[in-house]
Amino acid sequence: MARYGMVIDTKRCVGCHSCVISCFLENEVPEGYTRDWIVEVVSGKSPDFRMELRSERCNHCDDPPCVFVCPCGASYKEEGTGIVLVHKDKCSGCKACLAACPYNARFINPKGYADKCTFCDHRVKAGLKPGCASTCPTKAINFGDFDEPGSELHRLMEGRVVKTLKPDAGTKPQIYFLL
Amino acid sequence: MSNHFNRRQFIKIAGMGSAAAGLAASGMNPWGWPANALAGSLGSDVQVIPTFCELCFWKCGINAKVRDGKIIKLEGHPKHPLSNGRLCPRGNGGTGLTYDPDRLKKPLMRVQKRGEDVFREVSWEDALDFTAEKMLDIKAKHTADCLALFNHGYGATFIKTLLMAYGTHSIAAPSYAQCRGPREVGFELTFGEEVLSPERTDIKNSRMLVLIGSHLGENMHNTQVQEFADAMANGAKLVVVDPRHSVAAGKADWYLPIKPGTDIALLLAWMNVLISEELYDKEYVEQHTYGFEQLKQHVKSYTPEKVWKITGIRPALIRATAREMGHQKPAVLIHPGRHVTWYGDDTQRSRAIAILNALVGSWGRKGGFFYPGELDVPMPELPKFPPMTKKRADLQLKDYPLAFSTLASGLCDATFPAPQAECQLKGWFVYGTNLFFSLPKPEQTREALQHLEFVAVSDVLPMEIVGWADVVLPDATYLERYDDLHVGHYRDPFIALRQPVIEPLYDTRPPWWVSKELAKRLDVADYFPWDNIEDYLQQRLTPMGIKLSDLKKDGVKVFPRQALYFEDGVQPEFYTDSGKIELYSAKLASYGHDPIPVFTDHGDPPEGYFRLLFGRAPVHTFGRTTNNRVLNRVIDTNHVWINRRIAEQWGIKNGQMIRLQNQDGAITNEIAAKVTERIRHDCVYMTHGFGHKAKGLTNKKGASDSDLITRYNTDPIMGGTGMNVNFVTFVV
Amino acid sequence: MIEITNFRNNHLIDPHLEIWEWPIAVYLFLGGLVAGLMILNGVWRLMNKQTDAPASTRMAPLWAPVLLSLGMFFLWIDLSYKTHVYRFYMTFQIASPMSWGAWILILVYPAQLLAIGIATEIKSFKGPFRFLNLPIAFLQAAAFGKEKLIAWLNITMGAGLGIYTGILLAAFAARPLWNTALLGPLFLISGLSTAAAWNLLSKPAHDEEKTLVRWDLALIAIELMLITVFLIGLATGPQGHQDAGELLLGGSFTATFWVFVVIVGLLLPFWLELREVTGRFAPKWAAPVFVLVGGLALRLIMVYAGQVSHIPDVEMLSGGF
Ligand SMILES: Nc1nc2c(c(=O)[nH]1)N[C@H]1C(S)=C(S)[C@@H](COP(=O)(O)OP(=O)(O)OC[C@H]3O[C@@H](n4cnc5c(=O)[nH]c(N)nc54)[C@H](O)[C@@H]3O)O[C@H]1N2
Ligand SMILES: Nc1nc2c(c(=O)[nH]1)N[C@H]1C(S)=C(S)[C@@H](COP(=O)(O)OP(=O)(O)OC[C@H]3O[C@@H](n4cnc5c(=O)[nH]c(N)nc54)[C@H](O)[C@@H]3O)O[C@H]1N2
Ligand code: SF4
Ligand code: SF4
Ligand code: SF4
Ligand code: SF4
Ligand code: SF4
Ligand SMILES: [Mo]
Repeated sequence: MARYGMVIDTKRCVGCHSCVISCFLENEVPEGYTRDWIVEVVSGKSPDFRMELRSERCNHCDDPPCVFVCPCGASYKEEGTGIVLVHKDKCSGCKACLAACPYNARFINPKGYADKCTFCDHRVKAGLKPGCASTCPTKAINFGDFDEPGSELHRLMEGRVVKTLKPDAGTKPQIYFLL
Repeated sequence: MSNHFNRRQFIKIAGMGSAAAGLAASGMNPWGWPANALAGSLGSDVQVIPTFCELCFWKCGINAKVRDGKIIKLEGHPKHPLSNGRLCPRGNGGTGLTYDPDRLKKPLMRVQKRGEDVFREVSWEDALDFTAEKMLDIKAKHTADCLALFNHGYGATFIKTLLMAYGTHSIAAPSYAQCRGPREVGFELTFGEEVLSPERTDIKNSRMLVLIGSHLGENMHNTQVQEFADAMANGAKLVVVDPRHSVAAGKADWYLPIKPGTDIALLLAWMNVLISEELYDKEYVEQHTYGFEQLKQHVKSYTPEKVWKITGIRPALIRATAREMGHQKPAVLIHPGRHVTWYGDDTQRSRAIAILNALVGSWGRKGGFFYPGELDVPMPELPKFPPMTKKRADLQLKDYPLAFSTLASGLCDATFPAPQAECQLKGWFVYGTNLFFSLPKPEQTREALQHLEFVAVSDVLPMEIVGWADVVLPDATYLERYDDLHVGHYRDPFIALRQPVIEPLYDTRPPWWVSKELAKRLDVADYFPWDNIEDYLQQRLTPMGIKLSDLKKDGVKVFPRQALYFEDGVQPEFYTDSGKIELYSAKLASYGHDPIPVFTDHGDPPEGYFRLLFGRAPVHTFGRTTNNRVLNRVIDTNHVWINRRIAEQWGIKNGQMIRLQNQDGAITNEIAAKVTERIRHDCVYMTHGFGHKAKGLTNKKGASDSDLITRYNTDPIMGGTGMNVNFVTFVV
Repeated sequence: MIEITNFRNNHLIDPHLEIWEWPIAVYLFLGGLVAGLMILNGVWRLMNKQTDAPASTRMAPLWAPVLLSLGMFFLWIDLSYKTHVYRFYMTFQIASPMSWGAWILILVYPAQLLAIGIATEIKSFKGPFRFLNLPIAFLQAAAFGKEKLIAWLNITMGAGLGIYTGILLAAFAARPLWNTALLGPLFLISGLSTAAAWNLLSKPAHDEEKTLVRWDLALIAIELMLITVFLIGLATGPQGHQDAGELLLGGSFTATFWVFVVIVGLLLPFWLELREVTGRFAPKWAAPVFVLVGGLALRLIMVYAGQVSHIPDVEMLSGGF
């Protein structure tokens, strides 16, 4: 069993959007939509600013409300990988999952189904890294299996301040940000 | 088959990566994944063709993925030393150039007054005949040296050969006098060698990195950014000196929001502290440098207290950062920057940076400047190029003996009639540079163009400069053509191949073909002694023991690493007059310049005006990608950064559309204001490249900084055009 | 200071969610109305007063399936891929309120039809509706003798439907405005109130009218109470709930909420009905119309404002670090 996730280093990230653009092409993301995006937060006072750059996407939550609300059983958490996916062939396009996601990570693909980051499961299952992680020039995006003993992901988090997004939403995101 | 798999199975699957993809694509689905799971850029119907990128001039290796004759994705070439398997955003979005519907699709000839952008489509035959006829005409009437080649980009190699064979010596790129020229001259004067491109900076091994303006992270030169992140992860200390809080500044241990144009003072103050507190690398300075005593005397008066008043940087901060340099030396890289043509004293600022590097002993040392790998790939024997007939056009009005490349701005100047000029330029051949965006004073460029007898432009898009051509030669994009081999000198030397990954989409032709065809018509066919490009490439590869067919598969061949630093065997040799690192430059003195950099004041903006600064957005390259539909999905316009306090005074709201007007009345398109505390109160900032006006382009959003650069300061040492000397006010 | 730049731009998601529009609100409104009609019908019957309440027990059962179908039509309008509506019925998802809702919508039809069957007062149709006589005869035969059972069925199914319209939204923890246990009761009570109003407009008998007005007064009073508790809950909740409350108490939806929901939809009819009960003059159409307007406005505002409300990012909570 695997529990896939990401550890994203906000210190490495430069907000360049390589991840976003590679995702467009890898996943034929329709124009006007995006599966991943950059959030830049700058706080403080000159010259002592603090900047955080985050490459965000679906968190592949361990407790995914988008899955629970889906009336058609189209949204599901894949057994064996923990990746949250959408069965295009079951989706009715009711948009309940869009409303349920605290991160607004989903959108309706103009082809008529709910769409979002898939962790590039097609690549992962072929033994490759997701598109965004594999192109990121700064190696800010680290993809792996949290359940793997001695996983690189755990090593990366050692000694770092770590956060997930909107922890109070109770979704248990599987994407961790290193501050 | 069940949906479950365990870790071991997974590893097995992973090991069979490509096999798995192949199986899935062939319709088999051994693990029970939903049938549509394996798609994207994978599958046995996907062809992977290596080549290298041309979205900027860094030349990263890419793997192009092609399905059914369509490029579906570009990925970083894993073995290419400049990409290491990764691409910057522009590289990722390269398909947006090839598939841009606005592309130039057929050769064109002007039918109305020059500049009115009205053309008719013609055949290549006619376009080339006309071009050759005009070129021969200029040669006959005025000599070949009266025709200039403006070029930028790797596609220009054969065009340069052609123009040299034709006989001109007026060949320039805006990457010298408008970009890194002063840096190269400053470092050459100091160390006897240039910094080169890609920069020989050992960023990933630095213990301390000092960025003066260089906004790595927005300036997205791939390998540098990769190494920058590595350095940060390794805990390197970072100092960023910038009037604007850049992305790099966001990672800095010390951010120094300097008053624009005062960097030389800061650099001298750092030297002052390093020397007065004896923190510099004494052994290195003693062994390798010349003129230390003069330098010591010279910097004595630049105390942090005095420099505080000039730069606005508190003395404690100057001292703390200088002490850290002393502490971390020699793995301290004071980055030389790249686009350094700011105020006209840029060679001197680059000198100051070079000298500071010498004091911490970073040149030739790990974490400082390495010695790039050498690789000699001989060029095929060609006949001698014709000699110069007249004084080089860019040096007609003023000589710059220390400039070792042609000045693009100088060529533009030489197009105007001048009594002392030996030759006024009569024709321009423009390959891959949009002079209205790359040269200062676009109005002057426009006038110059009207003086010409002939203008040929090769481009891929109907940019502003194309509208001024007599004949337009539509280029195949980098994904549709062969170019010359790229012999790269980074840490590891390498040879990379550019090859077409698809057939040209339109009636476009690669530059090697255009050059060869024109050569026939110009009677210089001897310079292209090969039938087709593949023969030529094999000719060059044979002495290296490489088969073109192999390189077509591999994309790149990396050669063994040589010594990089003095400590691992590089002989410290400096090709300066003194044979040492010249802290004091007698050569500069002999030409009447300051032998050691001196701070000069560049004044303050007039009341109600702000100094115009500009730079890069990570997603775009100059003006050349701002029509790219893939990249524009992320950012399709620019903003003008305005200090919050100033914006409040002016009543300008965040996001409000305003115009900028400079001291000479030049006014821009509308541009959105970004109201922020991340910029000083005395300047504004925008990304370069937006605000197109050419009628054939779809995206005209944003404003162009080029429109506002009606003045520049000429670097007296090498003729660079310092462009950060314009002031703007807001038209609300 | 804190400067946040989100470079995302997803159509209908940014700057805030806009995936559900008025059809969903209309659907929720009609669902609540139908639920109310079913419950009121049942209650009259349990009180054995069906013959005194022709509007509630004879007309309403005929309207209910029509209004419900109309509601489902609006729901369908909102689907991104219309022909995929069948996919709701390929499965039952126990954790999904919407799946419950989809099935409830189907299951209330039999209850409603049986209610038509016991509406014995229904005479034979003439003219174009003649074709209904045969099925109605069937229904009457099927329902014969099970009136109490059918009344109870309508009350429970109606309550289920009514509460569900609220729960549907309340289940979205990601939208603080919706995410409260009060939404079910609030929508149920509001549904009942709109049903009473509907019946008041359907030529009620004299006594029926007097009773309906009294009931409605009580329902409005409860609704006002629920809204007060709802607002207090928001204002005292975590940041996201406070922000959501702010939308109604001092933000972009405040004016519409107070004018259309509170004043027009609740206070005004309350006042009018109070006049009526105390024998003073009030135009008979006015209170019910205002109640219906208020009921629709409540759903519209909840749907739209709910999509604006969100759980804030941590950095916004702390206002800088
Ligand atoms: N994405 C992307 N990357 C690119 C390019 C691109 O077009 N797009 N172009 C490439 C090329 S050819 C070049 S030359 C480089 C250019 O990139 P760099 O050499 O890194 O930068 P510049 O454009 O010179 O400088 C811009 C920065 O300098 C700051 N600055 C302005 N005036 C002053 C000053 O007086 N003092 C100090 N200390 N700072 C100042 C500005 O605020 C801004 O942050 O980028 C390269 N990389
Ligand atoms: N105002 C202002 N001026 C500047 C700068 C600035 O920041 N602000 N930066 C300076 C710097 S650092 C530099 S390096 C220069 C860069 O200057 P340039 O390299 O001239 O940059 P662009 O203006 O983008 O022009 C590039 C042109 O090449 C075309 N092109 C792209 N690909 C191909 C191709 O494959 N074949 C052909 N034939 N044409 C192609 C594009 O369509 C475009 O017209 O500008 C300098 N000038
Ligand atoms: S590609 Fe990497 S560095 Fe660039 S924005 Fe994405 S995560 Fe950040
Ligand atoms: S981030 Fe949103 S879409 Fe992704 S699993 Fe969590 S709730 Fe679902
Ligand atoms: S839109 Fe599709 S995936 Fe989302 S909840 Fe509705 S049926 Fe499920
Ligand atoms: S994992 Fe794949 S789908 Fe998800 S953001 Fe990255 S590239 Fe896009
Ligand atoms: S830095 Fe980016 S645009 Fe430039 S060559 Fe590399 S991938 Fe291409
Ligand atoms: Mo440049």
